Parts: sequence; structure tokens; C-alpha cells
Amino acid sequence: MTLDQKQQEIVEEFEIYDDWMDKYEYIIELGKDLPMISESEKTDDKLIEGCQSRVWLATNISDGKMQFTADSDAIITKGIIGLLVRVLNNESPRDIATADLRFIQEIGLHEHLSPTRSNGLASMVKRIKLSALKALQD
Amino acid sequence: MKVTEVQRAFNAEEIRNDFPSLDQTVYGKKLIYFDNGATAQKPQAVIDSISHYYSKDNSNIHRGVHYLSQVATTQYENARKTIQTYINAAHSEEVLFTKGTTDGINLIAHSFGETLKEGDEITISAMEHHSNIVPWQMLCERKKCILRVIPINEKGELVLTSIDSYITEKTKLLAVTHISNSLGTINPIEFLTKKARSVGAKILIDGAQSIQHMRVDVQEMDCDFFVFSGHKVFGPTGIGVLYGKKKVLDSLPPYQGGGDMIAKVTFEKTTYNELPHKFEAGTPHIAGGICLGVAFKYLEKLDMDAIMKYEQSLANYAQEQLLKFEGVKIIGTADQKTSVVSFVVEGIHPFDLGTLLDKQGIAVRTGHHCTQPLMDFFEIPGTIRASFAFYNTKEEIDIFIKAMDRSINMLK
Ligand SMILES: Cc1ncc(COP(=O)(O)O)c(C=O)c1O
Repeated sequence: MTLDQKQQEIVEEFEIYDDWMDKYEYIIELGKDLPMISESEKTDDKLIEGCQSRVWLATNISDGKMQFTADSDAIITKGIIGLLVRVLNNESPRDIATADLRFIQEIGLHEHLSPTRSNGLASMVKRIKLSALKALQD
Repeated sequence: MKVTEVQRAFNAEEIRNDFPSLDQTVYGKKLIYFDNGATAQKPQAVIDSISHYYSKDNSNIHRGVHYLSQVATTQYENARKTIQTYINAAHSEEVLFTKGTTDGINLIAHSFGETLKEGDEITISAMEHHSNIVPWQMLCERKKCILRVIPINEKGELVLTSIDSYITEKTKLLAVTHISNSLGTINPIEFLTKKARSVGAKILIDGAQSIQHMRVDVQEMDCDFFVFSGHKVFGPTGIGVLYGKKKVLDSLPPYQGGGDMIAKVTFEKTTYNELPHKFEAGTPHIAGGICLGVAFKYLEKLDMDAIMKYEQSLANYAQEQLLKFEGVKIIGTADQKTSVVSFVVEGIHPFDLGTLLDKQGIAVRTGHHCTQPLMDFFEIPGTIRASFAFYNTKEEIDIFIKAMDRSINMLK
């Protein structure tokens, strides 16, 4: 599945929810299912300090594809991380660097990616894009 | 008294009609606004006055011979007098218009700061807002002064037993908040000012949170400076007040240089204007000042003692209901408190709870509330804060509690 097909899949998954609380119920489930980063591996270099919640991000490259593991102390933030990781995982640095993460807007969660929300998500996406750019140059 | 009784006596339902922004839906739910500690909603009279000012009276003040300039100047100066009366300042020129609390504190940190020397001490408390911490840290760096911090206890009250080691002969300024924005604690200002007076220190009171909730009398408090923001007292943003004792303000150097603050300018030497203009350089927020006056005119008609009682009954009721949930802990349990209920729920992140409450139409604040050192003291990343104003009702709290129930069930 291409990066954009994965986005489309999420958009369709969310179409069944017309109530905000149902939508969040689903995001919370995703958050609970996402593998956690163990406490001992939550080192400062992985930490993205938001004003409202904290995010940890680990990046890896193998065979020209990037992998991400991420965690947050807030479960809703974590659920959204789960969606972002699902879309970006195992994609090439080029595709990640140029990705337009339209699905966030389309499922109505863009407020969480606004820098003023300061839950760490906007900085996380920025960090992912920067590491993709760096991988491109290497 | 039960909240229902106080509510009936006070008639919050009627007062709500004065605040158009309260009557709306968000995400298809009735808006419940419990973020009054951050900013207050505006009565129709204030909203109308903004529109009126720009539709009719807009003009620059203190400079024009023409009709409109005089109308605007008179209104601006009348607003100053209204505020003077409300806070019981001895002279209208003791009321300086600023951009807000932060601006007022920075003005004092700059101008009063100029009179300090190496080794002088400034005392604040452990529950201060960042805007009553950072300007003093910057000053201490600039002037090599020392910042002292009065500690607090588990209830969120100042620890006064060792006060004599925090307010000493070296203390030049005591800068404390009247009411804590994160905890609701009402500080013993009278006791503190007496202490500070006894060592000859000046006193600044951060009134950002008190002005909305209680009758303030700056002469009775005997403070040298009292600062607050217009937006927290039902007025516009971008305008605030620094009250300063005339004698003290007269002795300080100006803050910013520019138009209005001068008496005579030559390239060799400039002399400064009198109070209040000395500290009001440039074209001020004219509409803001005038409309803040309107906000105080609105407040004047209300019984602040009844309001305080009513708001506290709301907070008590909310607190009682919240404590029925397993794992809820109230942060800030001082004996003297305003209508702020800050809490955490074990195992639940404040951001998650705040997000779900928002989607149910309820506006609360989550996070550290610009008091990070205070959160560190309680060893928590932040709280959920519901802060009530006189237009809130018991029925709103009931809806909030239902929404809490649903949210906690989803997050557990
Ligand atoms: C106690 C206290 N001090 C200072 C401030 C800063 O006020 P402003 O941002 O309006 O300057 C606030 C506002 O949150 C406050 O609650």
C-alpha cells in the first residue's frame, strides 16, 4: 500500500464516526494498542517536550525504509501518534520528507497538529521530516 | 448555605443574559465556560462600548484641540477615575494604564529595578505565575540582586513560620500574588505587607486573579503597587492597570521613552511629564482604557461580597462532586480559597481529560497554568482547572460532572 493509500484507508475508517466522542473512543483504543517505549528507553534524546503532553520518538532506517517507535504520556496523543506511525512506517525517506499528511485534516484532528496546541505532535512530525531529509542527504 | 439557595439569592441566570458569548454551542453542545481564570467573558455593555468608540469617538488623546480628541481624552481620563474609585486609589494619577499584568510587573522590574544595587533582595512566593517570576530573575541578573522564594505547604498555602528569614533588612521588594491562579489560594496580604513595611521594603501585589472576584482596596492593603489585566475583569485584552503610590511612582525613573511621557525635549536634555503620563509613553490603547472603564462601571453595580460567596459555593459543590470519582485529588486545599478547582485524576493525563471535556462543550484549562515551579512542588505535570465566575451555575457543574464520568470511563 502506498503512503497515500494508507491515508485514504484511515480517512474511510473514520467516516463511520459522526460523533466526536465516538471518534475519540477509537483514538483512545488505538493509543492503548500502540506498543509502548519502555521506561528505561525513554531517554532525553528521544523526548519531545510539549507544554501539554510529552512525546518520545525513536527512528530507525533499514533497507532504505524508515521505522518509527513513539510513545506519549497522554493516551490521545498516543493514539494520534499511532495513526502517524501507521502512515509513515516503512516508507522511503523521500516519500516521508515530501508527504502531505492530509488525513489529519480530513478526519478533523488537525487541531492536534497545530504548534499552538503544544502537545508535542507538531514537533514530532517536524522531527520525523528532518530525519527523513537527513537520511536523503546521507 | 447550599448552592441552590445562594444561586437563587444571587440570580446567576439573569446575569448570564448580559454575556452573549455564553449563549452558544460548540461541537453541537451547549458551551460551558469554566476557564475564567484565564480570561473572563465580556458583558454586552463592554462589547457595545468598543463598537461605539470606533464608530463615533475614535481620535488620538492628550494632543488635539479638536472636538473628537477632547471627547476621547475625557472618556479615557474618566475611565481612569472610575478605576481609581473602584480600587480606592487616593489619586487618579496613581492609576497607570498598561498592556496588562505582565506589562505592569515588567515596568516595575525596570523602573524600580533601577534603584536597586548589588546584594539587594527581592522576595516572591512559590506559587507565582511565570510573569511574577521571570521579570525578577532578569532584574536579579542585571543588577546582581538575590531572589528569595517563600515556600508553600501541601495545602498550597504560604508557610509563614519562617517568614522572617525571607523578609529581612536586605529585602527591597516583596512581590506576591493576591490569589494563586493554579490553586485559588487567597494569600494573607495584610500580614505580608505589615512584615514588608517593618523592614522598609516596597510591596507589589499581583492582582490578576483577585480583581475579578473580590472588592479591592489598595489603600487598605497598603501596597505600593497593584497590577492586574483588563481581560480578566470582563474588559478587553491588551489593557491593564498598574496602581502605584504617587510618592513612590514620582521617585522612580520612567520606563519607556516617547511621546506623551515628556515635558520638554531638546537634543541636549529632556524633562519628563508628570504622573500618570511619565509612565505612559506613546499612543495608548485608548479604546481598551475606555472600555475597561465600562467594565468597572458594570461591576460597580454588583455586590462583590455576594458574588464571592456564590462563586465559592459553586467551587465547593464542584469539589464535592469531583471527589466522588475514584482517584480524584484536589490540588490546592487552602483554608482561604476562591472559585478555582484544580485537580488530577490518578492514572489519567490532564490533557486527555481536557480534550474529552472540550468535545462535550466544556472549556477547562489543562497543563501547568504558567506555574511550572508550583507543579514541580506537587510533583505533577499539570492539573485540570475549572475556574468559576458569577455567571456560572450549579446546572453547568452537573453537566460537567456527567461529562467527567463519561470521560473517565473512556480513559480508564
Ligand atoms: C496570577 C497571575 N499573574 C499574572 C498573570 C498574567 O496576566 P497577563 O497574561 O494578562 O499579563 C496571570 C494570568 O494568567 C495570572 O493569573
